[in-house]
Amino acid sequence: MNDRPREPEHTEPFRLVVVSGGTSDPSSTRMLADRIADRVRTLAADRGERVTTDVVDLRELANEITTALVSQLTGPKMTRVIELLGRADAIVAGAPVYKAAPSGLFSSFFHVLDNDLLIAKPVVLAATAGTARHALVVDDQMRSLFAYLRTMTVPTSVFAATEDWNSTELGERITRAAIEVLLLMESGFAEKVRSESWQHYQHEYGSAGGTELEIDLSTDLMRLATGGSAGPRRKQ
Amino acid sequence: MQFGVFSVSDITRDPVSGETPSEAERIEAIVKIAVKAEEVGLDVFAIGEHHNPPFFSSSPTTLLAHIAALTERLVLSTATTLITTNDPVRLAEEYAMLQHLAKGRMDLMLGRGNTAPVYPWFGQDIRQGLPLALEHYNLLHRLWREDVVDWEGEFRTPLQGFTSTPRPLDDVPPFVWHGSIRTPEIAEQAAFYGNGYFANHIFWPTSHSKRLIDFYRQRFEHYGHGTRKQAIVGVGGHAYIAKRSQDAVKEFRPYFDEAPVYGNGPSLEEFTRGTPLSVGSPQEVIDKTLTFHDAFGDYQRQMFLIDHAGMPLKMVLNQLDLLGEEVVPVLRKELASRRDPESAEAPTHASRVKAKYGDGPVRRPRPNANRGDNVTGASPYQDSDAAAEYPAL
Repeated sequence: MNDRPREPEHTEPFRLVVVSGGTSDPSSTRMLADRIADRVRTLAADRGERVTTDVVDLRELANEITTALVSQLTGPKMTRVIELLGRADAIVAGAPVYKAAPSGLFSSFFHVLDNDLLIAKPVVLAATAGTARHALVVDDQMRSLFAYLRTMTVPTSVFAATEDWNSTELGERITRAAIEVLLLMESGFAEKVRSESWQHYQHEYGSAGGTELEIDLSTDLMRLATGGSAGPRRKQ
Repeated sequence: MQFGVFSVSDITRDPVSGETPSEAERIEAIVKIAVKAEEVGLDVFAIGEHHNPPFFSSSPTTLLAHIAALTERLVLSTATTLITTNDPVRLAEEYAMLQHLAKGRMDLMLGRGNTAPVYPWFGQDIRQGLPLALEHYNLLHRLWREDVVDWEGEFRTPLQGFTSTPRPLDDVPPFVWHGSIRTPEIAEQAAFYGNGYFANHIFWPTSHSKRLIDFYRQRFEHYGHGTRKQAIVGVGGHAYIAKRSQDAVKEFRPYFDEAPVYGNGPSLEEFTRGTPLSVGSPQEVIDKTLTFHDAFGDYQRQMFLIDHAGMPLKMVLNQLDLLGEEVVPVLRKELASRRDPESAEAPTHASRVKAKYGDGPVRRPRPNANRGDNVTGASPYQDSDAAAEYPAL
């Protein structure tokens, strides 16, 4: 294990945000996500680093998520969570599997986020289910959603069916995912992509949770807006 | 400061009575609403444009010309005119005609339209919506300012020696508002031309609308049309008024809950808290509307949506009474007292004629005689600069 300490200038703790789609209290999805976050914290502490964790239980946002799906309104809790995710250094995203898919609440939450909010952020994908037959939901369905959002999903997904809860192998998978996400945070990958390459991604005015407010006046469209030509015809 | 009402022209089932009005009833009702708007002392009536059910307003200039004939003072406008799927040549012609018939009591607001299937019905593609809107306006702008236009662009067949008729009344083009809620290019175009910028301040919080209004003001100044404070800003709003606050909430709730745009989503209370929607007593509506001025500064036009989601005519007319008698007079007084003398008045045809000619003679062009070829060439009017060139026999 690499025990190289973080660069001295990185004295700020890493900000890890846990997003749990579990609906009962306590929910097994939340328990799984917490275990991953705890492992990240422990591993970080061993390396002299600090991690702060914020937990978002989507259950508490259920009304605001459906409101955002059917209207343009972002409620006060959603607004806070979007701010939290915008500042996150990494995310643990956990969903319960319903009907062979991540829960609608979980998917809906990520559907209403701006496409550019999570660019390059490291994400651990986790899911729980009542049977091991759902094991591929994480890699088959959740991973593609997070690819669309252009997040940096870690190679190890963590899936727990009922029988996994007392298996040591689940603990091993949690450790692997935790190390992967910790290394990605340490590397500063997300921060570098976002600071050096942000303009190469598609944005809308006011996207990235209302933070994307730069207006580039030198584009073809801006030339067209000011009486000029749009340049060569765009592909139809 | 102008106050008015605008309608999207939806024909929606009344959730209280269960009745859906016929197109005929709704069209008759909208004329009554517009006439009433003038009676209660409002300044502006604007109608949307749609080309699919359940909307009736496919032909705004026909409707507005009819209303112009029934009114004396009301300014007729649109909310919005589709600058994407309409041919800018037809827009130039139709709205100039309306301007003549309304004796200048009109302007128009341009928008893109967000119904994807409408675009291909008119030979366009919604993915090109923004460049279409920008290019089409560039052409429309010239058609109203140059007697003879040669033009070539990406989206429309080229024009050679084209004259849009009739020329604008008094050779002063209709005033144009560019409507946009999140597209900086549209705000930039409004600023570049010194036109108005309209923020439909309905779905999003005030802070959202403020961003592009501020950007537009800054660019308006940049292009030398005046100071930021002199930029021409219009704001949309949505209100339901009753004498008593609790009656307003009770009466409006069924219409909110089943409204096509936000029904079945947020609660009325959440939406009122999070957006500019005002539902309450006249004083509550006045107070909330004044917060728009706090955020945006002096602006020139405030429009209210009051007739959507199946509200019956009687209810809408009652809203107009309350708006005209109890809300707008107070807002006029209050906003006048806060007004910075530097800020611009709302543009009207009369003020624009005055700005162009002062006390001098007004141009009303007379065409040259038809030469038998039905093409007027380079000098269609008797006062055109160049002498008419006749083709050699």
